[in-house]
Amino acid sequence: MVSMEDFGSFETAWCPGCGNHSILKCVKEALVQMELEPHQCIFVSGIGQAAKSPHYLRTNVYNGLHGRALPAATGIKLANPQAVVIAQSGDGCNYGEGGNHFLAALRRNINVTLLAHDNQIYGLTKGQASPTTARGQKTKAQPAGNPSEAFNPVGVAVAMQAGMVARGFAGMQDHLTEMIVKAVQHPGFSLVDILQPCVSFNKVNTFAWYKERCYIPEDHDPQNWEQAMALSRQWDEGIPLGVIYQSHKPTFEESLPHPTGEPLFNNRPSIQKLNEVMSSFA
Amino acid sequence: MRRELNILIGGEAGQGLVTVGELLTRALIRSGYQVHVTQSYMSRIRGGHNTYAVRAGIENVHGPAQGIDILVALNSETLELHREELTPGAVALKDKNAQASDLEAVDIPFADLAGSALYENVVGLGVLSYILGLDREMPAGCIRSAFEQKKPEAVDKNLEVLDKAYAFASKSGVAGFNLDEPKGSAGLMLAGNQALALGALCAGANFCSYYPMTPSTGIPMTLNSYARDFGMVVEQAEDEIAAINMALGASYAGARSMVATSGGGFALMCEGVSLSGMTETPVVIVVGQRPGPATGLPTRTEQGDLNLVLYSGHGEFPRAVLAPADPGQCFVLARRAFDLAEKSQGPVFILTDQYLADSYRNVHLPDPEILEPVASPEVCGEVQEEYERYAFTPSGVSPRIIPAMSRCLVVLDSDEHTPDGHITEDLQVRKKMVDKRLKKGDILKQEVILPAYTGPQNPKDLLVCWGSTRGPALEAREIMGSENTAVLHFSQVWPLDAEHFRDYLQRAQRVVFVESNATAQFAQLVSSMVQPANMAYVLRYDGLPLDGQYIADNIL
Ligand SMILES: Cc1ncc(C[n+]2csc(CCOP(=O)(O)OP(=O)(O)O)c2C)c(N)n1
Ligand code: SF4
Repeated sequence: MVSMEDFGSFETAWCPGCGNHSILKCVKEALVQMELEPHQCIFVSGIGQAAKSPHYLRTNVYNGLHGRALPAATGIKLANPQAVVIAQSGDGCNYGEGGNHFLAALRRNINVTLLAHDNQIYGLTKGQASPTTARGQKTKAQPAGNPSEAFNPVGVAVAMQAGMVARGFAGMQDHLTEMIVKAVQHPGFSLVDILQPCVSFNKVNTFAWYKERCYIPEDHDPQNWEQAMALSRQWDEGIPLGVIYQSHKPTFEESLPHPTGEPLFNNRPSIQKLNEVMSSFA
Repeated sequence: MRRELNILIGGEAGQGLVTVGELLTRALIRSGYQVHVTQSYMSRIRGGHNTYAVRAGIENVHGPAQGIDILVALNSETLELHREELTPGAVALKDKNAQASDLEAVDIPFADLAGSALYENVVGLGVLSYILGLDREMPAGCIRSAFEQKKPEAVDKNLEVLDKAYAFASKSGVAGFNLDEPKGSAGLMLAGNQALALGALCAGANFCSYYPMTPSTGIPMTLNSYARDFGMVVEQAEDEIAAINMALGASYAGARSMVATSGGGFALMCEGVSLSGMTETPVVIVVGQRPGPATGLPTRTEQGDLNLVLYSGHGEFPRAVLAPADPGQCFVLARRAFDLAEKSQGPVFILTDQYLADSYRNVHLPDPEILEPVASPEVCGEVQEEYERYAFTPSGVSPRIIPAMSRCLVVLDSDEHTPDGHITEDLQVRKKMVDKRLKKGDILKQEVILPAYTGPQNPKDLLVCWGSTRGPALEAREIMGSENTAVLHFSQVWPLDAEHFRDYLQRAQRVVFVESNATAQFAQLVSSMVQPANMAYVLRYDGLPLDGQYIADNIL
C-alpha cells in the first residue's frame, strides 16, 4: 500500500497561501489513489516556482531547463515506456518558452501527462505578464496593461483534438485530484491546465476571483469535439472545469516501427546483426 | 596502365550523377582499389551544377586531387566549367546532345542506349567501367546488389543496358585507362555519415533525436533504416532545442543517446550542452560543419565551428571534442564518443564537415566481436534509500543509476544541487560541486587520443591539421617532399595536453597550420599552449575542400 508519507514532506520555497501548496497535495493524493510507488514515476519540470514542485516529492526527478520539460519528458518516455512520466511546470514555462514543444506534444500524443500550473503571471521572475495573462491586465513589466491576447491552452489543445484536455483549480482539491488521476490514466498525451492563484504577483486572478467563475458543466460529453470547443472558449462569464475533451487514438509509442514497450536500457546490439549491416556495405 | 585516375561526373541535380558515381565507386572498391569521393552540390533539388569526383588508385589516395583524367559531362555546362582541369591525354565524354564548342569529346547516345531516362545512369556506369578496364561482372554485380532487394524487376533491364553500353564503348574507339592491379583488398564502401552511424550502432546507441540540417541529416537517415532491427528510436524533433533535450531525457532514462546537426542547429542546442554538463548526463553530439555564419553555404564544407563547439554552453564543465579524419575514423571515434560520454558523464562532440560526411572510401572496419565493450551505467536491483546521484567521489564521477528500473530514486537538477540532486543555494556545496564536475576532466585527459606524427624528426615544414584535413595534408607532404616535410594530425582537439605536441612544434623550422577556415581557429588554440618560432598558414574558406596541391601552392 502506498501512502502520502511515501512521497515525503519537504520544506518549500513557496509563499504562504500560494496555490502551489494545494496542487502539490493533490498530486500526492492522486499518486496514492493510483497506488503508484515513488520509483515508478518520473516527474519532469522546467524552471519557475511551479517547476520546483517535483523537488517536494519523493520520486524520480528530472528538473531541466526553462520551457524544456516536454521534450525531456518525451525522451524519457521513449527510453522507458514503462515509467509513468509527468511533466509539471508553469504557464510561462510551458506555453511561452516551451510553446513550440507544447504544440509538438499535442501532435505527438505520447503517453505523458502535463500538469501546467497556470497562475497567469511569471512568479519566479517577479510578476511579468505570462502568455496566459489577460489582455489589458497591468503588471510591473506591462504598466500600461498587457498588450497581447491571452493564450488559450485548453482551446488550442481541444482544437488539436489532443489526447485528453482538462482544467482544474487549486481551490477545488478533490476535483483537481480526480483530474490528475484521469490524466495519468489516459493512454496518450494529457493536459491538466491548473488555475493556480499567485498571491504575490497576480492581484487580479485571486482565489476569490476564480471561485466566483469556476464551475463544472453538467452533461458535457468530452468526446463531443464541438461542445468541447465551445466550452474551451468560455472564460470571463464562467470558467468550465473538468475533462473538456478526450479522444482515443493510437499513442506515439504505439506508432513507432517497433513498439517493444521495453526500456531502451535493456537493448544491446546483437553482434550478428551488426555484422549483417556492416557487410551490406560491401 | 595507371597507378591512379581522377574521374569527374558533372551535371544538374536530378540527372542521376550520384547513382552513376556510387555504382562506379562500389565497382572500384569491390575490385580492391582505393577510392576517394568528393561530392559537390548546390543547395537545390533540381538543376544547378553538381559534381561527383572519384579518385581511384592502386594504393592509398588520401584526399581529393586536382586535374581530371576522365570527365563525364551530363550537360554542356559541365564541359565548359571543367575543360581547364583536364590533364594531358584526358578523355571527355558527353551526352550526344550536349554542346561542346571546340572541345573534343566522345559523344554518348545516352537516350538511345538506355531506351528510357530511367536507365541513363547505367549507360554512364557501363561506359566508364569499360574504359577503366573493369570486367563486366563488376558493374553487373553492383547493379544486382543495388536493385535485387528493392526492385527485382529492374535488374534484367539494367543489365541489358549495361551490355549495350559495353558494346558501344568497345566500338567507339575511346582510349582505355586501365588501372594497375590493385594492391589493397576490397573493404566496405562508406561515406563519413554512414560510417559514423555504424559506429554509433556498434556502440549500442539506441536513441537519436535530430532536426534535419545538411550535412548531418544522413546520419539519422542511415540509423532510421536499422532502427527496427536494433530497437532504436530515431525521432525528428520539432527543433534542435527539443532534439537535445529529448536526447538528454532519454539518456537519463537509460538510452544511449545522440543528436546530429550542423553549426546553425547546434547554436540552438548550446543551452542543452550546458544542461548535460550540469546534470552530468552523457550525450554524443555530432556537428557536421558547413560554412557560416548563419545559413552560410548550406551544401559546402568548412571547419569553422571549432570555437563554437569548444566554448558552447554557459558555465564551466568538462567536454571532449573528437575530429575524425576519414570514414574509418568516423566509425571508431563514434564508438569512442559514447564510451567517453558515459565515463565522464557529460557531453562528447564529434566534429565532421560536409566534405567528410559525403566522401566515400574503401574502408576496413574492426570486427565488432573483438572490440572492448562501451562503458555502461549501473542499474541497481536493491533498495538504496541513500542513493545520491551526485555523490562526491575521488574521481568526480558518481555512480549513475537509471530511474524507474529499480526502487532507487534518481533526482537530477539543472540548478546547483546537493549530492542527492536537490536545488541548493548553499555556496559551499556549490563550490564542491564545481570542483567535482571539473575533476571529471582528468578522465578525458587520460583517455585523450595522441596526435599522429608522420615524417622526419626535424622537418623543414611541419603541417599541423585536424579532422578531415589529414588526407590533403599527407598528400601535400608527398608533393612538398617527404624528406623535409612532416604532418601532425589531431583526431581529438579537446582536451589537449601540450606535452603531446610541444616537441614536434619546436623541432620544425616552420609550423604550417592547415585548416578549412579563415581565422585559423585550431592554430590559435594550439599556439596558446606552445608558441612555435615560425608560423605559417594554409586556410581555405571558399566552401571547397583542401587538397594536397592546394596546400603546397598556398603556404603563406
Ligand atoms: C532560458 C531561461 N530564460 C529565462 C529564465 C528566467 N525565468 C525563470 S522562471 C521564469 C518564468 C516562470 O514563469 P512560469 O513558468 O509561469 O512559472 P511560475 O514561476 O509562475 O510558477 C523565467 C522567465 C530562465 N531560467 N531560463
Ligand atoms: S510568487 Fe506566486 S507562484 Fe511563486 S510561490 Fe509566491 S505565490 Fe506562488
